[in-house]
Parts: sequence; structure tokens; C-alpha cells
Amino acid sequence: MLLTTTINGRKKEILIKDDDYLLDVLRKEGYLSVKRGCDTGACGLCTVLLNGSPILSCSTLAARAQGKHISTIEHFPLEAKKFASFMTSEGAEQCGFCSPGFTLTVIAMIKELENPTDDEIMHYLNGNLCRCSGYVSQLRAIRNFMEDMKHENC
Amino acid sequence: MKIVNTSVRKVDGIGVVTGNPAYTEDLILNNNVLTIKLLRSPHPFAKIKAIDTSIALKVPGVEAIYTHEDTPKTRFTLAGQSFPEPSPYDRRILDEYVRYVGDPVAIIAAEDERCAEKAMKLIKVQYEILEPILDFEKAIDSHIIIHPEEVHTNFEIGYERKRNIASKAYAEKPGVDEGFKNSDVILERTYYTQPQMHAMMETYRSYSYFDVNGRLTTVSSTQIPFHVRRHLARALEIPSSKIRVIKPRVGGGFGGKQTAVCEIYSAFVTLKTGKPSKIIYNRKETHTCTTTRYGMRLDVKIGADLEGNIKAIDINALSNAGAYGEHAPTVTSLVSYKTFPLYDTVPMRFNANIVYSNTMNAGAFRGYGATQGTFAVESIINELAHQLNLDPTEVRMKNLVEPGDGKYITSGDIKKCIEIGKEKFNWDERSKPREISPNKVRAAGMAVTMQGSGIAGIDTAAATIKLGDRGDFNLMVGVTDMGQGCDTVLTQIAAEVLEVPMDKITIHSADTDLSPYDPGAYASSGTYVTGNAVIIAANNMKEEILKGASKLFNIDINDIEYLGTSLKVVDKIITLEEFAQRSISFEGMNQITTTGTWGGETSPPPFIAGFAEVEVDTLTGEIAILDYLSVVDCGTHINPNLVKVQVEGGAVQGIGLALFEDIKYDRRGRVISDSLMQYKIPSRLDCKNIKVEFSNSYEKTGPFGAKSVGEVVVNTPAPAIADAVYNATKVRVRNLPVTSEKVLMGILNI
Ligand code: FES
Ligand code: FES
Repeated sequence: MLLTTTINGRKKEILIKDDDYLLDVLRKEGYLSVKRGCDTGACGLCTVLLNGSPILSCSTLAARAQGKHISTIEHFPLEAKKFASFMTSEGAEQCGFCSPGFTLTVIAMIKELENPTDDEIMHYLNGNLCRCSGYVSQLRAIRNFMEDMKHENC
Repeated sequence: MKIVNTSVRKVDGIGVVTGNPAYTEDLILNNNVLTIKLLRSPHPFAKIKAIDTSIALKVPGVEAIYTHEDTPKTRFTLAGQSFPEPSPYDRRILDEYVRYVGDPVAIIAAEDERCAEKAMKLIKVQYEILEPILDFEKAIDSHIIIHPEEVHTNFEIGYERKRNIASKAYAEKPGVDEGFKNSDVILERTYYTQPQMHAMMETYRSYSYFDVNGRLTTVSSTQIPFHVRRHLARALEIPSSKIRVIKPRVGGGFGGKQTAVCEIYSAFVTLKTGKPSKIIYNRKETHTCTTTRYGMRLDVKIGADLEGNIKAIDINALSNAGAYGEHAPTVTSLVSYKTFPLYDTVPMRFNANIVYSNTMNAGAFRGYGATQGTFAVESIINELAHQLNLDPTEVRMKNLVEPGDGKYITSGDIKKCIEIGKEKFNWDERSKPREISPNKVRAAGMAVTMQGSGIAGIDTAAATIKLGDRGDFNLMVGVTDMGQGCDTVLTQIAAEVLEVPMDKITIHSADTDLSPYDPGAYASSGTYVTGNAVIIAANNMKEEILKGASKLFNIDINDIEYLGTSLKVVDKIITLEEFAQRSISFEGMNQITTTGTWGGETSPPPFIAGFAEVEVDTLTGEIAILDYLSVVDCGTHINPNLVKVQVEGGAVQGIGLALFEDIKYDRRGRVISDSLMQYKIPSRLDCKNIKVEFSNSYEKTGPFGAKSVGEVVVNTPAPAIADAVYNATKVRVRNLPVTSEKVLMGILNI
């Protein structure tokens, strides 16, 4: 079928098979930031935004993006880079394989939650696994990132 | 020091976080690559009588299907170890025997995954189903022989084919028997450590092609590019010089990628077809058909006097290699190597059999066998302390090693780690069980551990530095960054010695054509072994620059001063940029390149004292980790942030091992924990309070005083948590993981 969708602000027409998953279509189209860590919607690495909300692209049929907006991390160069600077100053990215999906979820979280507590943050991000970091450095990075945003906003 | 011992950001950090293409699969530029799938055995043990691929080959898009009849007969090992490997050469690319559920039967190469999978269903295999050994404790002297063929070993490793013994291990410090005679108390316990999945986020994958010069090139997510090249050459029966292995960014390894799990398949298909090919293991294959941590049964006997002075420890281990013997002789040996020196004055004996069984094969895993040894020895010391009514920290203070000149351990102090931990963790108070509410009890436990830094006397690494035409440097190494940050740490070390800012140095790792030799990233060697090589290369570079300048300007070498980004030539300052330019072109005609090679004569250990506080729900057995503290002694921190995050990550992986990671087989030998749903690794909510403290030391053989930290971090959680749970509930779980079920059953006395 012909999938008509918007990816990172650009209109796209892509020939797909009915049972293609969004993750595979995106990677084939060159959005290589989208990673696969599992095949069962368990790790969060393949997170992309569909109309602004995080979804797992490994378990979303590409056809469901028909007429909708998909964003990968490439769509948020400024926020991503900013958050990346907090991640890297903590050394919170180790192998980095989980980082793009995680960063995208953080970007979505910031838009969705106002002044989240640590528990709320952990809860929101619990679906994003990381085998390397032990998570606490990521929390430190998020806190610093949010702190910085607060100052910027006032 | 300006750059070493500072938390600079990783050289590639921003790129990976923002999603730049960097990993193996991202780098497949050819869009016409064959996709490889493996037909895998449904039986744990069988002999293939016949395979019919004729119908499968008719599926449109299928390029080729290979069976054991098409693969070379040479046997090899896939263990990532320096040649000659101690592991037995017990596998072929495809064999007529399959030895676990998931062992490959046929290699299918097709234009895409769909047709490969379609073809897979159409391959007809006739198996002669054999009775398997699924329980490794029944392997020795079974009537079933898992490897009926002759197996070559490079050394005498105790291989006994007819008894299913892949290897044996033995070590002894004298005085064990007298020690027991002089003991007031003797405890004998049996512990089990389970196999564990690495569960790195990037699964196994490799991509092969012929380059324009007709050389077979394999791009692989591996920790051991040089070993992979050698394995490929042997397995494919072609010279090493015809093979190039490139390692891009690696998405986690933890020792899993120290075994060449998947490279032979893509290399073989490309060799046969001449076409580029790729193999990407899905999560299920990664959890069922790769390698695991060695599972072990450890029978431990300890003797001590009433004051807690340990008189003797005797360990008998049975270790499960699974279907193939990768790392069989070495992993299990670490049970003794990393516990004997820790209690250096205690007489100790260690005896182990490493056996084959029809389960997924075991291999290297962060901590290697030290993790298993630590669980056994630290657990029985905790049990001893309870028996004697002594504080576990006190028993350790009486028996732990004291470093000293001329001793095996010359730097670092594990006792100091305990002292720091006791204070920071508020041990005296928290180690006592406290009822928080009617069915919630809190208590703490602790354990200590050590590891090494590289493999002494065997593994040697090299680093090459090139002075570029504009006064910048290229640092080339063969060690592999899989997330631990060695690219950054090595750049820091080079920048420190060369006295230039880090951005003047570009690191390149690892490509067997371009990088100097390095055994790879394992045995906690990156910072220590390769770091030392970098120092030598950088010092040589400074010297060569001075020599070059002396020749270029015709001035005595003593009148030139190296200032990092510039040179002082008598009273003139010349920038390195200008020097480099003139040195390379025109009158200089001198490309300066230096190499440093280094191998250790010792493997200085980092230490950790680990403290865990748990809360157990006595109605459900549920265990929550309230606090986990690692007190680490790893010498100088080249990059304190990276050290800290390594420690945090390792603690969490250790908590997974302690509490819930478990590979489950069904009765017919099939792994059922085959996804991240079934095989649970710790999530964010499982470990919120991971803390790290440091005890400072300086290791004089290490680069700027550094020791390793990559592996030691994973060892203490299991024994510390098991003891904390005992403190809280009086339930002693001796077979990992310490699950809620086991605790509840213990509480209910079932
Ligand atoms: S790859 Fe989609 S959740 Fe794991
Ligand atoms: S950094 Fe490796 S999985 Fe998160």
C-alpha cells in the first residue's frame, strides 16, 4: 500500500507492505536513530512520536501512521543536543544504543508532565530499558536538564 | 595533570545520544545485501540424517542454503582469547550433530527476511533424536557422550571426551587440611549460581562483503576484532591476510561479544556467494542461541576459630559449559584466582570440573568466574559470621589481604573500603533487622570482591600515534569501546602525555587492517593495558618530534623544548602545526608515526566492598532494594564520571543477577525466557538508590596510577543481597536468583 505520512515535518509517500512495522519502514527510509532492542514492545529503544506522543515503532504497523505525523529524534535537533549535553556531562550514555529512544521519551515527558517528581519521572520512563548505565546517572541528567529549562523559561 | 582525572565528556557522546548512525546495522550502505537466517534445531541433541533443501531453494529470492555438507570440516573455538586459545576446538560452522535447542542446522541466504523465513519452513530435516543431558549435574560419566568426535586442545586442560568433561581446574594454597583440623567451627554449604544473559541492547550482528581488492571484510559488533579475524580464517580455511574485521560502535557487550557468536555466518555466505550479506540476531535468538554466564554448583567448606579467624576454605565446583566449551578452562579458574589473593593468608583449595550438557553454551560475562566465586566465598563467610555471632565486617577485617611491597597486591586496600562503607552506609544500625510495619522488615548485608586488570603475561596491546600534517594527532588502537568509554579514556591519556587539548587527537578503533594489535576489550584491560601502550606511544611521539625538529632546524636536540601545541627552538616558538607541515612536506620528508606496545607482568586488582539494604515483605516474599552502595578502589580515575557510571551500571546488573535474572528451560530443553518480557532485566524502578563511594589508591604499574573497573563492579550484589534477605527473614537462599518465591517458600517453611 502507499503510506502517506509526515516524517519529521516532511511529507512522504512510501510503498509499504500491509504488515510492515513502522520501525522497519523508518530504518529503511534512513531514519537510523531509531533502534531495535527487542521484538516485543519491552525495551523502548524504538520509541518515536506519533502525533506528538511516544509509541513503540516495533509494535506499531506502519499503516497506522497514515495521514499522521511521525517524529524521530532527528526532528528535535536543538532539544536533543541540549539534553545530550546533560547526558554526556554525567557520562550517562554508555553504549548509547538506548539513548535516542530514551531521549525522545524524555522530550515527550517534558512536554507532557509539569514539574514531575523523581517518582513520576521514573514511572514515565520505566518502559525505556538500559543495560549499561544503571539508570541513576540518567536521572541526574534529566534533573539538571529540567532545572536548566526552568531557568531558561523565567 | 590537566586532562587525566577530569570528567571530560565522551568523545562520541553527543553523536550517539542524538542518534547519529554509528552501529553495525547503521553502516550497511549497500541496499542489496543478502539477509541470513539460521534454521535451528528443535531438539537438544540429535544427529542429522538427511536434509532436503530442494523445495526451499525454489522460493523466489532465496540465494543459497547451506548445510553441514557444505561447510568446512575444520573444528575451532569462538572464544575471544589470545592464540593459542585454551578453549577446546569443538565446533564446526555446521555440524551433523546438533547439541542444544537452537544449534544451527542450515544457513539460508535470501534477498530479504520474508523469503528467508519462508524457505526456512520448507527445509526438510530428518533427525535421529538422541537422549540429551539437560541437567549439568548428571553430565559426568553419563552413558550419553555429547562430543563423540575427537576434539583438539592446544594445552592440557583436562579434557575428557568420554566423561563430558571439557576442562578441569585446580588450585591450592598449602595448609588446608591442617586448617580444618585446627578449626572450632566448620561449615559446609552448597551454592548455585545461575547462567545469566548479557542482554545488551544491541543484539549480535555482522555484515560481510568483498572489498574492491577482493578481501573479505566483516563489519561486526564485537569486543574482539583481532580474534574474530583469526577465528574466521581457521573456520573458513582461508589465510588471515585475506580477511579484514571492522568494529564500529558497539551497543553493549558485557563479555557476550567476546565470543564470535555470529560472524562466521555472514563471512561464510559472502565467501560462498561473493555477495554482501548480513546477519542480525533477533532478541529471541540472542536469548536462546548465544552464550550465557557459566552456571555453577559450588560446594564450599570453611573452617574457623571462634574469633572468626578463617583457617581453611575448600571449594569444589561443577561448572556448566553447555553445548560447546568456549572459555571453559578460564572462566571457572577465576573462582580461585580472584578469591585466593583476597584472603591471602587463608589456606584454600579449589577443584573444578567444567562439563558439557545439552544447553545453550556458556562463555565470558562481565566478572567472568570471579562473580561466581565471590558469591560462594562471600556467602559462606557471611554464614560463618552469623554462626559465630560476629559482625560480617569484623570477620573480614580479620582475614582480608593487606597490600604491601613484594606481595601479590601492592596497592589498594579493601579494608579501607569496608571502613568507608560502614560509615557511609550507617552499617552498625542498618545491618540489624528492623520491622518497619507488621509485615515489612528491613536489613542489610555486605560482601567484598576483587578482579584484575588485564591478563598478565599473555595479553599485549599496542597503540599507534600519527602526527598529522596540520599538527593534530591520530591515535589508533585495536581495543573496542562498547560503552565503557575507552575511546575517551585513551584519548585523555594521550592528550595528557602529549600536552595538547583533547580535540587535537582523533581516536580510531578498531579495524584489523589499520589498528595495531590488541586482544580486544575484555578482562578489564582497556584502561590498564592499552592505556599503558598509549603512554609509551605518546612519549615516543614527543621524542620523535624533538628528533625531527633537531634535524629539520639543524639544532641540537637539547636546545629544543616540547611545549605541546608548540616547540621552543632556542628562543623561537614554532607551533606544532607549522612544524608538522614542514616535517611532512618540503625539506622535512618525515611522517612521524610511533607505536607503543605493552603487556602486564601483574594484573593489579581493583576492590569493592558492597553494601545492600533490602526491605522484604514477609507476606509475599517481595524484595525491594532500598539502597545499594559500592565502595570502590580502582586507583586513579582517568575519567571520574565514566568510572562512576560503570560502577552504577555494574551494580544494577549484579542486582539483576541477585534477584530475578534466570534462564528458564522447559522439560525438553528449550529456553522459554526468550524475550525481554520473559527474561527480566532490572528496570528503572528496581534500583533507585545506587550509590558509589571511592577509596583512593595509586597503582604504580597503571597509567597515571589507574587500575581497571569494568568487571569488578558486578560481583558483590548477589552475596550482599542474599545475606541482607537472610538478616531480614532468616531465610537463606543459596541458589541464585534470590526470588520472592524462594523467600516466601522459606518463610512458610515449605
Ligand atoms: S524494540 Fe520496540 S520496544 Fe523494544
Ligand atoms: S547505554 Fe547501553 S543500553 Fe543504555
